[in-house]
Amino acid sequence: MSDEKKLEELRVVIARHKRRDLMFLIAGVLALMIALLTFIALFTQMLIDGAPRLSWEFFTSFPSRRPESAGILSAWVGTTLVMLVTAISAIPLGVAAGVYLEEYAPKNLFTELIEINVTNLAGVPSIIYGLLALGLFVYQLGLGQSILAAGLTLALLILPIVIVATREAIRSIPVAIREGSYALGATKWETVADHLLPYSAPGILTGIIIGLARAIGETAPIITIGALTFIAFLPPSPIKSEFPFISFEWLTAPFTVMPIQMFNWVSRPEEEFQFNAAAAGLILVVMTLAMNALAIYLRYRMRKKIKW
Amino acid sequence: MYSKNVKSTWEKKDRSTGNLRYSYRRHLKEKFIELLLLLAAFFSILITFSIIFMLVKESIIFFQHVSIWEFLTDTQWTPLFDDAHYGILPLVSGTVVSSVIALLVALPLGTTIAIYLSEFASYTVRETAKPFLELLGGIPTIVYGYFALLFVTPLLQLIIPDLPGFSLLSAGLVMGIMIIPYVSSMTEDAMRSVPMHLREGSYAMGATKFQTAIKVVMPAAFSGIAAAYILAISRAVGETMVVAIAAGMQPNLTWNPMEPAATITAYIVQVSLGDLPHGSIGYQTIFAAGLTLLLITLIFNILGHLLRKRYRETY
Repeated sequence: MSDEKKLEELRVVIARHKRRDLMFLIAGVLALMIALLTFIALFTQMLIDGAPRLSWEFFTSFPSRRPESAGILSAWVGTTLVMLVTAISAIPLGVAAGVYLEEYAPKNLFTELIEINVTNLAGVPSIIYGLLALGLFVYQLGLGQSILAAGLTLALLILPIVIVATREAIRSIPVAIREGSYALGATKWETVADHLLPYSAPGILTGIIIGLARAIGETAPIITIGALTFIAFLPPSPIKSEFPFISFEWLTAPFTVMPIQMFNWVSRPEEEFQFNAAAAGLILVVMTLAMNALAIYLRYRMRKKIKW
Repeated sequence: MYSKNVKSTWEKKDRSTGNLRYSYRRHLKEKFIELLLLLAAFFSILITFSIIFMLVKESIIFFQHVSIWEFLTDTQWTPLFDDAHYGILPLVSGTVVSSVIALLVALPLGTTIAIYLSEFASYTVRETAKPFLELLGGIPTIVYGYFALLFVTPLLQLIIPDLPGFSLLSAGLVMGIMIIPYVSSMTEDAMRSVPMHLREGSYAMGATKFQTAIKVVMPAAFSGIAAAYILAISRAVGETMVVAIAAGMQPNLTWNPMEPAATITAYIVQVSLGDLPHGSIGYQTIFAAGLTLLLITLIFNILGHLLRKRYRETY
């Protein structure tokens, strides 16, 4: 009798715990849903407000005081040029630093210092990079509020991302590959350049894309260096009709970028400008989502394809 | 026959000395490349030093005008007015309130998602949900700012009718949702790195999934989870655009989330939008504010880094 009673009690306890399990399962799904639903709300809100503004004219017009004729021509041209500077300066530097830390660096205090430093830099708020750029690039080096200054600022910002991605990609290559290369008489650099870098290229590329997607949406550091919000002209063309055909004048030109243009529209009181902001935001989100999705896809394919 | 042999040995010798010269050149090239790579790695340290140097340099000039005591205790922050006050407290209160709201949203939700994904969800659910969360983390913060101002604030005004158009509450809420992916992915990583046999032991004793998650996996992953939380704090404190857009940019010493207020980051944005001459006291205030921000985030970052290192070493 008492045994049966105990069994009964035990069943109650088990049922209670199973209920808790189920309740948590529901809580987990709900939490996940909240995150996803927020994104859906965000996207639909922008789609409803912004989609009617999306037209060919929106991409080919300069900003204007009249909301219905304002466009993002100078903004997307600016974003493209700034990203060009960022990519050209951050990729070689970041990959080189990653290769050094993973393949060359001896295990000592100095290396550890660099490692801690890179982790720390990744956690520094982006606006601090803006202050550094304001003091260093804009005034100390006299670059002014130029495309070059903005591109370099964002390059500093994404450098830790590129370094970490490079290191992780190189680390995942088995030692046997290196040993095989050395056994054939290759030097360290030959091993790196002919084997490690090509094999880790997809991983590094993933990191670069994620870094650039982050840089495209960065607003705070660009505001801090004092980018203008109203630009109704394009920077000088990099291609010239006469010798030497290439000009670097655009590097020193004043500019605006997509997030700055959006911020400018958001902070205006007139409601029509909010629709422009929504349209610009929509383009930004689609761009960053596409880049991130590409990176995730690359990583997924890499994992599936590579079997060492 | 003989001469041919001699010739071939000569050839051999020639080639070998050539090889020596070649290998010397190769060695030089190797060293040169190593030096270049070292310089690239060293560059990251240079960035840190120039950040500290810039902030400290301008802040020193600022603190020659304003005493540190005034900076830390004055309750007004009006550096651009004729009657200038330089108390950082109003900016700190705005930063603290918005960050606390953000963390109240992000930590419970992020942790729940992490536990669900790591302990409950099937392989397919996990592999589909994780990239989606990652995508959410990639959305530009300015877009979240727009969302806070034009979607969340009107929504909240339906529930709280006298909520002003700018408020710390709506900025904090959106900021919280923004850092959920950050918290959940790091917490999940920490929980996944707990060895399987601990879970198996717990299940063998008859524990449910929930009991195993709370009583076995989470304590084992404690330092990793703590690191995730601390890094989330530093992220919330340094977040700029959401608060600059949705919380207003008026310095306001308040602990009430229903009011508009400026954070440290929003103040820097506000000053940068204006046309402050280089070298003026207003210009220096943003560096002093930036230094305060850097110090706060640095403490959290170092703490988080130490904790993360600990859990990596354990397993």
